[in-house]
Amino acid sequence: MCLAIPGKILDIFQQDDLPMGKVEFGGITKDVCLAYTPEARVGQYVIVHVGFSLNVIDEDEAREIFSYFDEMDEAARQEEAEGHA
Amino acid sequence: MKFVDEYRDAEKVKRLAESIRRATSRPWNIMEVCGGQTHAIIRFGLDELLPAEITLIHGPGCPVCVTPIEIIDKAVAIASRPGVIFCSFGDMLRVPGSAKDLLTGKSEGGDVRIVYSPMDALALARKHADRQVVFFAIGFETTAPANAMAVVQADRLGIENFSMLVSHVLVPPALRAVLDSPACRVQGFLAAGHVCAVMGTGQYEPIARQYGVPIVVTGFEPLDILQGVLMCIKQLEAGRAEVENQYTRCVAAEGNRPAISQIEKVFRTVPRKWRGIGQIPQSGWALREEYSRFDADRRFGLEEMTAEEPAECIAGAVLQGHKKPHDCPAFGTRCTPDHPLGAPMVSAEGACAAYYRYRRHSGKEESM
Ligand code: SF4
Repeated sequence: MCLAIPGKILDIFQQDDLPMGKVEFGGITKDVCLAYTPEARVGQYVIVHVGFSLNVIDEDEAREIFSYFDEMDEAARQEEAEGHA
Repeated sequence: MKFVDEYRDAEKVKRLAESIRRATSRPWNIMEVCGGQTHAIIRFGLDELLPAEITLIHGPGCPVCVTPIEIIDKAVAIASRPGVIFCSFGDMLRVPGSAKDLLTGKSEGGDVRIVYSPMDALALARKHADRQVVFFAIGFETTAPANAMAVVQADRLGIENFSMLVSHVLVPPALRAVLDSPACRVQGFLAAGHVCAVMGTGQYEPIARQYGVPIVVTGFEPLDILQGVLMCIKQLEAGRAEVENQYTRCVAAEGNRPAISQIEKVFRTVPRKWRGIGQIPQSGWALREEYSRFDADRRFGLEEMTAEEPAECIAGAVLQGHKKPHDCPAFGTRCTPDHPLGAPMVSAEGACAAYYRYRRHSGKEESM
């Protein structure tokens, strides 16, 4: 039950006084409670556990890991440039 | 799928593995805490990409695997009562109790239903006002916000035929138990990303300091896990022991505040027995007195029930990282996913099930 995958919020509605979202996971849509992520908006991605969204994925932070590879590429290019100098 | 596929890029996986190789000068043992991470490591063969010096030790973070046998016995006992609808996550149905599992209880006439969320169980209670609807509330800090909400809603909406059999477990006390064990070989941890998404990272600071172990909060995709390993190795090589966060796209240092306050409202910290490991102080959550009327243990008078675990299963040693599933004499013979002797063979997050699925034959079924 911990194998949560990110889902995209398609719609937001209320049910029994709780904020709910229609959330799509690779083609399957489920109703998810958004009470713990009241800041979530349509179009954003959330991590869902047993019917509850636990956090909104931070898109800037999500790119962070890829900058590591860019830095590595950059370092390699510089090394090569210096090698040719 | 966005936020999934790009973290499985085979080329980048190889480059990270190469960085790890360059950063490693001597042997290190790192434990990945969460069963979801274990599953990904075995499925994608990540451990086989690492240099020989690095050993990944599989941790106790599979909620199905650590739920004690007497709780299963209680679940079976409640499910067999007339008038009860017993609701559980699907993984729990095949976990063996001392005499039988929930699936057997179901085949013998118990009304056992698989639900996706505790809110589904609550909806069933509303629909069947003449029945007792019981939800099997197990899990780590990740399922607690949902279970807490179900109780609060039952209270608010006056749904009195709803109750929960609660067996919540907590990660930080389990890490201490692993570190306190005399056989402990763990030198660094990849902490469970989603647990930290709920609780934040602060609880791990005193553990890192006191035991001198680096703890890297890590996600679940191949790139996440390898970056977590790299961050951990860099700390170990430099002699640092800090809490670092690899999984920043999901984890804020302070955690999820609304979820934490709901958990605190509904649950109190209690000692909890872990399957294969034994009692760990302050390692679980149970319902607070204000909500005790929703406690299935009390409602059905089962508080005194206890049970012993089968001697053959070495799940305790597997869950603490002292042994690998292969080391168990029953693995793949007397214990298989179709006939599990122990809980780690049941859940997709269990180490024994992951090894059975991806490592039973010499060649792997799936790799990067
Ligand atoms: S293989 Fe089966 S019996 Fe052996 S430790 Fe794993 S679950 Fe227990």
